[in-house]
Amino acid sequence: MNWSLVPQQFVTGILNGGTIGLIALGIVLIYKSSEVFNFAHGHLVMFGAFLTWWFTGGGAEPGAGFIDLPLWGAVVAALIVSMGLGLVIERFALRPMTGQPLLAIMLMTLGLAQLFEGTTAILFGVELKSNFPAPFSPSDVLVIPFPGAFGDAIRLKYTLVATFVVATLAAVVFIWFFNSTKTGLAMRATAEDHEVARSVGIKVRRVFGLSWGIAGVIATLGGVLLATVSGVSLNLSTVALIAFPAILLGGLESLGGALLGGFAIGLVQALVQASRLIEVRNSSEIAPYLLLLVVLLIRPEGLFGQKRIERI
Amino acid sequence: MLQINNIEVVYSDVILVLRGISLAVPEKRIVSLLGANGAGKSTTLKAISGLLRTQQGEVTRGSIEWDGERIDGRSPDEIVQMGIVQVLEGRRLFEHLTVEENLRTGAVFRRTSDAELRRDLDEVYGYFPRLAEFRRRTAGYLSGGEQQMVVIGRALMAKPKLMLMDEPSLGLAPLLVQSIFEVIGRINEESGVSILLVEQNANVALRSASHAYVMETGRIVLDGPAEQLAENADIKEFYLGMTQVGGRKSYRDVKHYKRRKRWLG
Ligand SMILES: Nc1ncnc2c1ncn2[C@@H]1O[C@H](COP(=O)(O)OP(=O)(O)OP(=O)(O)O)[C@@H](O)[C@H]1O
Ligand SMILES: [Mg+2]
Repeated sequence: MNWSLVPQQFVTGILNGGTIGLIALGIVLIYKSSEVFNFAHGHLVMFGAFLTWWFTGGGAEPGAGFIDLPLWGAVVAALIVSMGLGLVIERFALRPMTGQPLLAIMLMTLGLAQLFEGTTAILFGVELKSNFPAPFSPSDVLVIPFPGAFGDAIRLKYTLVATFVVATLAAVVFIWFFNSTKTGLAMRATAEDHEVARSVGIKVRRVFGLSWGIAGVIATLGGVLLATVSGVSLNLSTVALIAFPAILLGGLESLGGALLGGFAIGLVQALVQASRLIEVRNSSEIAPYLLLLVVLLIRPEGLFGQKRIERI
Repeated sequence: MLQINNIEVVYSDVILVLRGISLAVPEKRIVSLLGANGAGKSTTLKAISGLLRTQQGEVTRGSIEWDGERIDGRSPDEIVQMGIVQVLEGRRLFEHLTVEENLRTGAVFRRTSDAELRRDLDEVYGYFPRLAEFRRRTAGYLSGGEQQMVVIGRALMAKPKLMLMDEPSLGLAPLLVQSIFEVIGRINEESGVSILLVEQNANVALRSASHAYVMETGRIVLDGPAEQLAENADIKEFYLGMTQVGGRKSYRDVKHYKRRKRWLG
């Protein structure tokens, strides 16, 4: 370990984890409401980033749009479109599959992922879009004095701090919505038992639609945050895959767990980079999975997953 | 008033389960529906509440009317909105939600102010004081009797005019059954809710109901005022456990009871 790097990596890791956690939240939401593991979520993230880029005009890049909105306007527009997209996916891809085996439905989400990959390539081109508008310049750096750290300070890019704040805020707002509003209660009830939810007059289909709409919004927001850090490319869907270990780590059914799982994954990825060994530094891609393995061996339901209630 | 006219119900397009059921639940009354396992009692309730369709079931003949309006073919949420709520068999609650959250799910479809919601919750706690103590407990860990209180309370939160109750006594100790049925009686009297009560426990069911129907393999084979049925020799033999000879018999084997006239054979 190169201890002087640890403070810097620690904070960077947590900040990165915010976005991972937010993306993970979208997958958990769908899983909770319908037990479907949505393999297309990463592609929704990627598509959302492209969509936002397109709404900003896209400059001279191939696939550029004719609308020229400021970043915030583009984000709002993309969020609205992706909410609609979520609703459409639920209505035309998932609802017809009602009553089919879960495996078939999950394969459907894999198919959707491929569809998004292809559609994005056709609509926006396969090249990396490096001109995603940055709210801050790369030289905007927050310097926090920290004696003992490398250079006696922790340096944080404004962009990274901003993504963390937005991701965490969005996640907290959503978790509050889910746990403290009437609609959230209907969603939680539906997540537990569709038939009972129907028997008390909850419109279960509407809840599914809403879940997918919100998942679309969350995905796009995550895509925007990823894009501000690393640009817009088809690759983003793979980057978003890092949400999978975060979810399993936190426990499939726990929204808060997904967020914390995101922080943990970000942290592990960053901390291994503080190592003196090149082999360890290069392991930041697999380190999250190693952590996952260890946690699942000790707690198979994840850190915050639901224990089965066994009392009849 | 609920009126079922000669309905047939088919599962998965081929399995005929109800073969011409007619019954009525007058306003503010308790009506019991008795019958052995597999007779089609739960199916009858699900036909009314609209929950049949999610199980590939369908009303293929006859009609179900609620205050003169046809409701067969409507969705479960519309039917709840019209004031009919079903309490499913087997104490099905939302295990991971708290007691109070479970109760509140019953009112999700209504537009209620916070004050109204509070009042309705207090009304339920009035019927089941024990739930007030446990309001923040995770529902899945309650005892069987407490869970039954939660599901009845949850249905009450819908402010129904008719409750369809499927075997509320199932698996409960006699004393608890007694107190649950006392509350059911009070709900009927104090809140003016009509109740269609499915039971295997004919004893309590006949005591609390004003009218009762007996089902066997998808048909109604007997009906009448509850006190009268309680005196009926066959009912005594089959449901009240007062038989002298051992072994199970079907109604078909019994000669001396008057089969109910049916519209269709
Ligand atoms: N979804 C379904 N598909 C096919 N058959 C079904 C379905 N649901 C119920 N049945 C059949 O319909 C018949 C009546 O079932 P129902 O659940 O209505 O009986 P019940 O009178 O409520 O019995 P119990 O007292 O055991 O609850 C049974 O033979 C059952 O196997
Ligand atoms: Mg039944």
